[in-house]
Amino acid sequence: MFSPFSKSAAALSLPVAALSLLLLSGCEDQAALRNAENPPSPPVNRVAEFGPGTEDAVLKPHPYMDNRHAINEGKRLYGWFNCAGCHANGGGGMGPPLIDKHWIYGSEPAQIFASIMEGRPNGMPAFHGKIPEQEAWKIVAYVRSLGGLDKDLPAGASSRPLQDEAESDLREGETP
Amino acid sequence: MDSYRDFFLYPGWLLVGFLTVSCSQDSTQSNPASSPPEVAQANYPHNNSTSPAWLEANEDGQWAMPAKNYASTRYSGLEQINRDNVKNLKLAWTFSTGLTPGHEAAPVFVNDTLYVVTPYPNTVYALSLDGSKKWEYKPGTHQESQGMACCDVVNRGLVHADGKLFFNTLDNHAIALEAATGKELWKTKVGDLKRGETMTMAPLVVKGKMLVGNSGGEMGVRGWLKALDTETGELLWTAYSTGPDKEVLIGEDFRPFYPQDQGKDLGANSWPPEMWKIGGGTVWGWLSYDPELDLVYYGTGNPGPWNPDFRPGDNKWTLTVFARRPDDGSAIWAYQVEPHDLYDYDGVNESLLLDLPVNGEQRKVLVRPERNGHVYVMDRASGEVLSANTYVPVNVTEGVDLKTGQMRKVKDKQPGTNRTVHNICPAAPGGKDWQPSAYSPRTGLIYMPHNNLCMDMHGMQANYIAGTPYVGSDVKMFAGPGGHRGVYTAWDPVAGRKVWSIKEDFPVWSGTVATAGDIVFYGTMDRWFKALDAKTGKLLWKYRVGSGIVGQPVTFQDKDGKQYVAIFSGVGGWSGAIVSGGLDARDGTAALGFANAMKDLPQHTDKGGQLYVFSL
Repeated sequence: MFSPFSKSAAALSLPVAALSLLLLSGCEDQAALRNAENPPSPPVNRVAEFGPGTEDAVLKPHPYMDNRHAINEGKRLYGWFNCAGCHANGGGGMGPPLIDKHWIYGSEPAQIFASIMEGRPNGMPAFHGKIPEQEAWKIVAYVRSLGGLDKDLPAGASSRPLQDEAESDLREGETP
Repeated sequence: MDSYRDFFLYPGWLLVGFLTVSCSQDSTQSNPASSPPEVAQANYPHNNSTSPAWLEANEDGQWAMPAKNYASTRYSGLEQINRDNVKNLKLAWTFSTGLTPGHEAAPVFVNDTLYVVTPYPNTVYALSLDGSKKWEYKPGTHQESQGMACCDVVNRGLVHADGKLFFNTLDNHAIALEAATGKELWKTKVGDLKRGETMTMAPLVVKGKMLVGNSGGEMGVRGWLKALDTETGELLWTAYSTGPDKEVLIGEDFRPFYPQDQGKDLGANSWPPEMWKIGGGTVWGWLSYDPELDLVYYGTGNPGPWNPDFRPGDNKWTLTVFARRPDDGSAIWAYQVEPHDLYDYDGVNESLLLDLPVNGEQRKVLVRPERNGHVYVMDRASGEVLSANTYVPVNVTEGVDLKTGQMRKVKDKQPGTNRTVHNICPAAPGGKDWQPSAYSPRTGLIYMPHNNLCMDMHGMQANYIAGTPYVGSDVKMFAGPGGHRGVYTAWDPVAGRKVWSIKEDFPVWSGTVATAGDIVFYGTMDRWFKALDAKTGKLLWKYRVGSGIVGQPVTFQDKDGKQYVAIFSGVGGWSGAIVSGGLDARDGTAALGFANAMKDLPQHTDKGGQLYVFSL
């Protein structure tokens, strides 16, 4: 079965390019990665509800909205890229929870995508250069399903017991 | 992995989970908030233990370092506040930090000035004894460091020495300030956020050197202890916890007591190739110093990742007690408390330096209440284990073989990849975590604030990505036998047994102090600051503070002879992250599984840091 030394074999399900990026860039400066050439398509990451006399910007559509396969893939990638290390299985830890209704930087797919790829100033690292865009969108799909935001759910979840309980928001203070 | 995740998502299991939760809440309700002491004997003979002879016997009324002295006894000879009058203790003043993470630091008092360091962003305040602010210093700690700290963005205190203050910042800077003015004297970067390193420990200042260590055992960090020149901030030496001997500063003078700790380059050879480079063994806990033997003592943290299947071998020198020369850092002896850690039992807890009788002979010992649930008494010159008795229920080991120094592990309690082990006692934060104990030479007892927690643990894939967690384990903690989650224990280090103990509903995550007034102080996460009779454990006084207590109480005397007691309130830390971090405990694996055991904490406390100062 699994042994710690077959990590690379297990990783073959990931694109090889992603794997080598993952291994090679482990020690690189994340700030430098953010400034690298070919930045990803700049997402909208407005945090305030109101702007100065403008219409809401059009948010980039989520390529995997309500896609069960993508959500399942996203769940696997969520573990693979250590999202669980900080956000646990949605309850949070070093990072904020993802199963409650509080979204510090917004719950729109493009906003979550931006949080993953560009990082956030209070400690969310930027994964640009580590997670390919398509994989990041799958993680977005899974994260939104954790928060009960999309129609589809990961395999094995036949209801949304966690989200049904989310009526009383445990977090307070900042508003999204 | 998937089937296990599904296990948690499946509604039927959730129902079982909710029932279990309601059961445990019932059982905690049937327990009072804290129990009357179980006293073995109210009038027991003194056990003939003493503080080391080199420890200054005359009380100077100051509190210059978190551990009070090099022996780490956290004992004050002051007796103006005593067991007869402590019931009259009154609030003198308070001071708000305006911050909401856990406030774990010990205040420090020198020359009628109280100094405190806050959690991130690590502001330092100098306060007069009327509560007015003399100065403040803001180090400009990097914002992103908040995302690297495993267990809340805490700081455990600063040290005053020779007119200077010494402390660390979460973003890995060691800093010296002029105590009179708050002027920065020097600031040295000693660690790297990009590798997941942070700093939360209180330094120790010995022989003109500031000794500092790193945090990040959950981030694939390589542990170290560094010495900086207190005058210039220059790095003098680095002793890594893993790797080849020359980087661990193991040389010709190294004389470990037990055969399993002898051999060449064990810090590299006891790992799969290269894994010692990300193997943990961080130095985020307490240091002690014996000036007579000229040895610094400290222990190292857990190996990474938590999932043991990733790191076959002994994983030296994690969970190891080191004795080193402060001049050059060279190791004199080492004892690996547990090879190949399975449960995140960091060995970073305090070492109390005492002299006590063993088989009729007075020995120079260090006493360590370990995470693994045993109180170790060791010869501090040689590293020999003299006794190791359990102070909490332990079901994953069957005691320490005192001939070989080896722990007998229970085989069927070994977690691993895709394997779940239920009911591991104690849980990952151990019988006792960082919260330091105290020793009173008057009673001969050690006073230990600690936990009563067990856990389920499931191993899974762990990928190393620099600056992100490297754990590979899902954990859910819960109350240990009895249903209470915390205990305050008075322990006889000579007999190796409990004398009395108080059950607390929540883990006792505060430090403690013992005084010549024969009282001890500690705080609870449900917002009580308490004074007990040091001999019997009887509750003599309590005060309700604003937020749960995870700080360290200290006591001191002003120049007019008035005695004070000071403590931070402000819940947080690993145990309190559910409140300070606003976590969602419907996912019991939140906060590395601690949230599961703390679901009701938000009903008892909110966050917010405040210093409380009491006097008669």
